[in-house]
Amino acid sequence: MAPQGKLDLDPETVRAARRLAARAAEPIIDMARTHTTVSVERALLRLAGLGGADDGGRPWVNHLADAVRDQVGLEHGVALPVWDALLTGPHATLADLAGAAARGRVSFRLPSGADADRARAAAERAARAGMARVDRRRAERDALLAELPTPDMADPPRPLVYLIVATGDIYEDVPQAQAAAREGADVVAVIRSTGQSLLDFVPEGATREGYAGTYATRENFRLMRAALDDVSRELGRYVRLTNYASGLCMPEIATLAGLERLDMMLNDCMYGIIFRDINPRRTFIDQRFSRQIHARAGIVINTGEDNYLTTADAVDAAHTVVVSQLLNERFGHEAGLTDAQLGLGHAFEIDPSIPGSFRLELAHAQLVRELFPGAPLKYMPPTKHMTGNIFAGYLLDAFFNLAGVMTGQSIILIGMMTEGIHTPWLSDRDLALENVRYVRDACGDLAEDFMPRPDGMLVQRAKQVLAESVELLERVADDGLLAAIAEGTFGVTRRPPDGGKGLDGVVQRADGYVNPAIEILDTEDPHAARPAADAAEQEVPA
Amino acid sequence: MTTPAHGTGTDAPPATPTEPADTRQVIRPYGDTTGDGMVQMSFTLPVPAGKRADAAALQLAAKMGLDPASVVHAKPMGPDFTFFIVYGKVRHLIDYASIPVPEERAYPLLTSQEVNQAIRRALNRRLVVVGACIGTDAHTVGIDAILNVKGFAGEKGLEYYREIQVVNMGAQVTVAELVERAKAEDADAVLVSQVVTQRNAHLHNTKQMAAAFHAEYPTAVAGGMGRPLLVVGGPRFDTVTEDDLGVDRIFGKGTTPAEVASYLVHALLPGETTAPDENPPNEEDE
Repeated sequence: MAPQGKLDLDPETVRAARRLAARAAEPIIDMARTHTTVSVERALLRLAGLGGADDGGRPWVNHLADAVRDQVGLEHGVALPVWDALLTGPHATLADLAGAAARGRVSFRLPSGADADRARAAAERAARAGMARVDRRRAERDALLAELPTPDMADPPRPLVYLIVATGDIYEDVPQAQAAAREGADVVAVIRSTGQSLLDFVPEGATREGYAGTYATRENFRLMRAALDDVSRELGRYVRLTNYASGLCMPEIATLAGLERLDMMLNDCMYGIIFRDINPRRTFIDQRFSRQIHARAGIVINTGEDNYLTTADAVDAAHTVVVSQLLNERFGHEAGLTDAQLGLGHAFEIDPSIPGSFRLELAHAQLVRELFPGAPLKYMPPTKHMTGNIFAGYLLDAFFNLAGVMTGQSIILIGMMTEGIHTPWLSDRDLALENVRYVRDACGDLAEDFMPRPDGMLVQRAKQVLAESVELLERVADDGLLAAIAEGTFGVTRRPPDGGKGLDGVVQRADGYVNPAIEILDTEDPHAARPAADAAEQEVPA
Repeated sequence: MTTPAHGTGTDAPPATPTEPADTRQVIRPYGDTTGDGMVQMSFTLPVPAGKRADAAALQLAAKMGLDPASVVHAKPMGPDFTFFIVYGKVRHLIDYASIPVPEERAYPLLTSQEVNQAIRRALNRRLVVVGACIGTDAHTVGIDAILNVKGFAGEKGLEYYREIQVVNMGAQVTVAELVERAKAEDADAVLVSQVVTQRNAHLHNTKQMAAAFHAEYPTAVAGGMGRPLLVVGGPRFDTVTEDDLGVDRIFGKGTTPAEVASYLVHALLPGETTAPDENPPNEEDE
């Protein structure tokens, strides 16, 4: 459905931009392929079925990975020491082993020879079992999508309506999410508790308390997915579930999302670095694994470029959004994500008091649409200029919705007129949906009639942003992405490669590093037909 | 019952036993006519839409003092909820004269630009802030809300300020580590957050921290004069004063980064928050 070149962008400029992004990404990808992290190792253990936590809430995967790390180091991966201990010791299960390791009663070694072969084979069996579950979940989704056609399969496709729920209590979130779905939400996102991204462990169980959000836990994922499955059947359309694979536990959360059939995950290449001061190396290494899992699980990632515009001026920084999108695309493709899985983000954040602000928004949104014709773009509503005047905010949200339909955006996060006042009330969501319904019904097909004047203000502006993006990409490719981040190129913050949280969890892989999950992900086509899986790619219309 | 609006516990001058009526300034909400008392409100009731729900909405309005009131819009939100927009006339009177003029903040709230400008003018270098959660508290929510670019309540954190150099040491930092780092960075201010603590550990930790800084800088005159400014924040400091703890400033729940940044300018760069060459005091506030 890609709009047909309304901006008349120079194809060679677009190709040059992609080449530069690939050049900038290359050293980072090499680093990710030669390093591991504590969370990548824990993700393997989670994939192999180890869950749960001690009485203090410390997960068994943390206990086990830490014990291995203390005794033999992580540079060879946890797989060999852990499965060697299982095969040669008295512990029947990973959980037993982890419990004993937590009490200091296991001594790990790095096996060699036939012992290593056996440990490796056992670890691979365990990883395969987990991967098969991820595959089954993907096939399940495909089956549900076929059984419960989404409204967007109608012709012409319309944007998916994305709504946020965030009470802190999963048992309050569930009825709110179901109510939102009944009112028209196609995608429900459960916002995480503030600061979860900085926890170096994934909390356990159903949770009822959070700071401005609900903890991402496997059990919370399961409860919400089950509730949305119920409401999907009731409504006759599949309602998607979104959470956040970001922060220090990105690989583990991605794995849990794959195991519990989440449909979309926030997963940006630089968000944690810039906005959460998470170590850049840690972020990129964790990210590659998480994206490989997402690719395999058929999950659509959502990237976080909208955040740049809340920090910097939305006009001055427009090109940083495009640069980040191109980098996210490159990292995503390398990790096996298809275009249909790249929910690249952008936002409607230009100061409404600027003359022509809406035209500038249209220029930016149309530019992104044309640069990424196959991607399910995620368009974010105004937040920075929502002042507490809910009436003016409602109007601004309507203009945002209008820009979304005019430029053919794929996923529209629904703006709340009470943005910045409180987490959305039931009535806030209802009014917001009424707003988007009106715009969609009144002019859902307006993109057909919207043809900017050749060389008019809008076209010129889009071309200018693209040119600035290429310029910035040249600098980033020359200096190196880590250096560019250290110099404060993105956002306004300097983030040196050795600063930030989580660097101590990064380990260079030794020769003989074994991680069967990574072997599977690196060597197999993530989208190959598997048990009962078919037509996997058509989840989100672009 | 009569309540003196803001008596300060002094003996009233005997010559004025009762308030003369003409000092009162009675106001009501204004719709389109002075004194009409009209207000609008919206709310949701957890009942199905219908006449009975409307009656419930009107009864709520009456209990809130709206008389008469009318439901101008009632919309079902799913089977179990109804959203209402109600207009009504309030009978309440406000004596505006009795509303005390709010006390001015001791320092004006500055924008990030103003903070940056003030630092540039006064220091000619970046202002250095070292932050940490000390003791066993692993909850960095508070310190991160103030320091991280991401910020809090729609405001960017101190990292966003070009002229502030932030060193965020994270959680479970010891007092000794904090003092050492503050010295190494030549910190202008030290920010400590204590969110989740038991048995007043936050008070002990803070006192210990303050004592360590006072010992480390024995010749210091005050915060910013010979030693870093000591700032502590958290939800459970409301029973104590700065002097009790030995710190320069306590911030409570809901403090935003801009308040902290403005305070730093006020405390560390005197002369930058008050317009020094103008007769009227700081009028550019807001």
